[in-house]
Amino acid sequence: MSRMEPAADRRPDRGENMALAATALDELVNREYRHGFVTDVESDTLARGLDEDVIRLISRKKDEPDFMLEWRLKAFRRWLTMTEPAWASVHHPPIDYQDIIYYSAPRSMKAGPASLDDVDPELLRTYEKLGVPLKEREMLAGVAVDAVFDSVSVGTTYKAKLAELGIVFCSFSEAVREHPELVRRYLGSVVPYTDNFFAALNAAVFTDGSFCYVPPGVRCPMELSTYFRINAKNTGQFERTLIIADEGAHVSYLEGCTAPMRDENQLHAAVVELIALDNARIKYSTVQNWYPGDKEGKGGIYNFVTKRGDCRGANSHISWTQVETGSAITWKYPSCILRGDNSVGEFHSVALTNNHQQADTGSKMIHIGRNTRSTIVSKGISAGRGRNAYRGLVKIAKAAEGARNFTRCDSLLLGDRCAAHTFPYIEVKNPTAKVEHEASTSRIGEDQLFYCMQRGISAEDAVSMIVNGFCKEVLKELPMEFAVEAQKLLGVSLEGSVG
Amino acid sequence: MNAESRDRFVAEFRRVEAALPGAKVPWVVRARSLALARFADSGLPTLRDEDWKYTSLARIEKRAFRALPSGAPGSAAPPGLAAGLAFDGLPGHVIVFVDGRHVPALSHIGGLPAGVIVGSLADALERMPERLEAFLPDDTRHTVLGALNTAFMSDGAFVYVPRGVAVAEPIHWLFIATRQDAALHPRNLLVAEEGAQATVIEQHADLGSVACLTNAVTQIFASRGSVVEHCKLQRQSPEAIHLAGIHALQGQGSRFTSHSIAVGAALARHDITATLDAEGCEAELNGLYLAEGRQHVDHHTRIDHARAGGTSREHYRGVLDGASRGVFNGRVIVHPGAQRTDAHQANHNLLLSRDAEVDTKPQLEIYADDVKCTHGATVGQLDEAQLFYLRSRGLEEAAARSLLTHAFARDVIERIRASSLRAHVERLLLARLPGGAQVREPA
Repeated sequence: MSRMEPAADRRPDRGENMALAATALDELVNREYRHGFVTDVESDTLARGLDEDVIRLISRKKDEPDFMLEWRLKAFRRWLTMTEPAWASVHHPPIDYQDIIYYSAPRSMKAGPASLDDVDPELLRTYEKLGVPLKEREMLAGVAVDAVFDSVSVGTTYKAKLAELGIVFCSFSEAVREHPELVRRYLGSVVPYTDNFFAALNAAVFTDGSFCYVPPGVRCPMELSTYFRINAKNTGQFERTLIIADEGAHVSYLEGCTAPMRDENQLHAAVVELIALDNARIKYSTVQNWYPGDKEGKGGIYNFVTKRGDCRGANSHISWTQVETGSAITWKYPSCILRGDNSVGEFHSVALTNNHQQADTGSKMIHIGRNTRSTIVSKGISAGRGRNAYRGLVKIAKAAEGARNFTRCDSLLLGDRCAAHTFPYIEVKNPTAKVEHEASTSRIGEDQLFYCMQRGISAEDAVSMIVNGFCKEVLKELPMEFAVEAQKLLGVSLEGSVG
Repeated sequence: MNAESRDRFVAEFRRVEAALPGAKVPWVVRARSLALARFADSGLPTLRDEDWKYTSLARIEKRAFRALPSGAPGSAAPPGLAAGLAFDGLPGHVIVFVDGRHVPALSHIGGLPAGVIVGSLADALERMPERLEAFLPDDTRHTVLGALNTAFMSDGAFVYVPRGVAVAEPIHWLFIATRQDAALHPRNLLVAEEGAQATVIEQHADLGSVACLTNAVTQIFASRGSVVEHCKLQRQSPEAIHLAGIHALQGQGSRFTSHSIAVGAALARHDITATLDAEGCEAELNGLYLAEGRQHVDHHTRIDHARAGGTSREHYRGVLDGASRGVFNGRVIVHPGAQRTDAHQANHNLLLSRDAEVDTKPQLEIYADDVKCTHGATVGQLDEAQLFYLRSRGLEEAAARSLLTHAFARDVIERIRASSLRAHVERLLLARLPGGAQVREPA
């Protein structure tokens, strides 16, 4: 209550003469945040709400250079003028942006369960099915893990090895401090803060995320993943990832993990930017399994993400692979801007919605360079009352001589109350382009089910097998270990949808 | 919304209101004023409306089109007016409208089975409004342009086919525009009672170069077990603006086929919908659009599978040359409970020139699980290997291109069941192709 008042009495000075405003600004920046900031040993948490003070505070907490703060403030002011998009085929109650905590450093240990005994048994059962090691189970469930946990050393070992090759792989905050020139050069160059409502919000308030820079000619020797970067834990609801592959560099990045993340945050508005220069190659894989809400559709994460890759150089290659099984609502369109000649964009997706989950996802392929190629393969599975929409855009600009696109989106329906939609936009301005789109929607064949069951396979296992077959084209794009887990995950997510 | 163009239409309505047909029939007056209010509420759609993302109506906003006053301008029409447009050797019935008015002198209705009505809607509104009341105000699509048509509807064809009657010959509705800057709002109604059968050709053409606005609506009621085929042939002059809505409501086990052949107009937009409102309906929507120069041709189709056991097929093809732009948006909605739906849709586009553009969006929205739905869309150019093959057999480049283009477009033309129309469309296509004369018509 009290925190809004000072903001209100400050407002009249805005718009007065510039010099005065500038000193006022300085004062504000340097002033200790007066309202509701709590610091204790385990956590730093701001009071709910968002205004410029909150942004200044976030920036200061992160020890950011001035250009970052300016950028955040510009984004925030822009955000204030924007309205939340309503075109996606998802439904949710309005989000109160003043009722969100925008900064919370590593969660207080007291907030989490003390041991696995206190964790929801349903969640534990899922971990068991996925074969997640015990220690990891604790970490995922938010149980305070003691410091001897192996990952710490694992993390540092990898880091040293990567540093030898000149690869920068660190948290976003660290990158801002250690490599401001790289951040300044590339941040917002693919997804500007003006891009959309959630991207603007993210730019204003993002607290952390991953940063990766692979220097020219270097092939990253291992799959990079947030999982190995310990500080990724609880990075919060507004993450920002920036990956740059310099000329001839190759990198494969894994985001998320297969086990369900217990997280009570309601809104996740992340931004991912990929930049591939000449002959560079980036592979970005996601397995998203945020909390989907309960069987009645209560709770769950709103996952509103802007992901975009820029094939800036000739012969560059960006490939997105995603398996989306979690979140109450998923709203994301990993895209590629194929600017460089002969560049290639790929999108492989499996999106599964069960119970009351909703997903509106797809990809945009913007062909600008000559002989650019793109492939979109999207597999949607709807069960229960799930709603699943593919929404995509293939745009062939006038200059995109010889561009080629192939799009295939299939939907599988399990249950008579689910829904599946396809909204592909195709815009072609060059006659040498070849664009193909095909889509199909059907349910699991009775004959396929019967065949499996008469060989003694239970209905549930049979459905899981058939679903995995349906998704095979996408799963095979995932790195090996991920693919195995993703397969199990599909089975688990579909539980209770058959019979 | 452009308030100026909206106010202009409203003022035009006030000017001609009293002279519109049915001015003494209370339900007609009510329907008109409700529709006008609905139009005034939203004005003409703009690019910000998702359904109009690729098609701008700015041309209408810029120009002052005049609604034609009543009277009988058609009586002044020269007797030979329709000669070139009625299909040679077509044995059916022709009902001609000049500048939106029925011209009996040019029309020719042959012998019809008992109870069948083929006539003018304006006439029917004056003489038997009670027969129309159940159908005409039914504006199920709720489009703004549909509302504008209802407010201004002047004349059009009214066809009624009673229970169990089949009209063997096609009924040809011929609309001819002759006046510059006229705003025409033809309204057609086709009612096929249980088990009835009819084929209708709706042709829109101009005499010379006429910059006019046509905003047509055709309503089709296909009752249980009826078979209705509707062929739309839009060949207005390259200055004209053609907006059209064709809406079919289907009863149990009925079969509805729509063909939309669009070759004319500077700006053409066709909204074609079929509502499969009972079990076991079949709907087939076919379309062919040929555009060149700066033509803009847009098809928005929508198939609503509202009940179980329906089948729908959709084949649309476009050939875009010059700096033309083709837009296709095909929506198929399978409503909850519409099990055993089988829906297939395809849209293929051929870009023949550097400056042509295609925007296509096939859409599936499915709320039932026991369904088989597919759609496909392609955009491409003529196949180099096929061209090479033909050239190696001694065909000139232009002829080879024309032959392949012709083959591409024929896929849709072949689906037209009325043979006279099929041959006619074939000729139209060949006339459009460079070196088309060399592509001989099959015997």
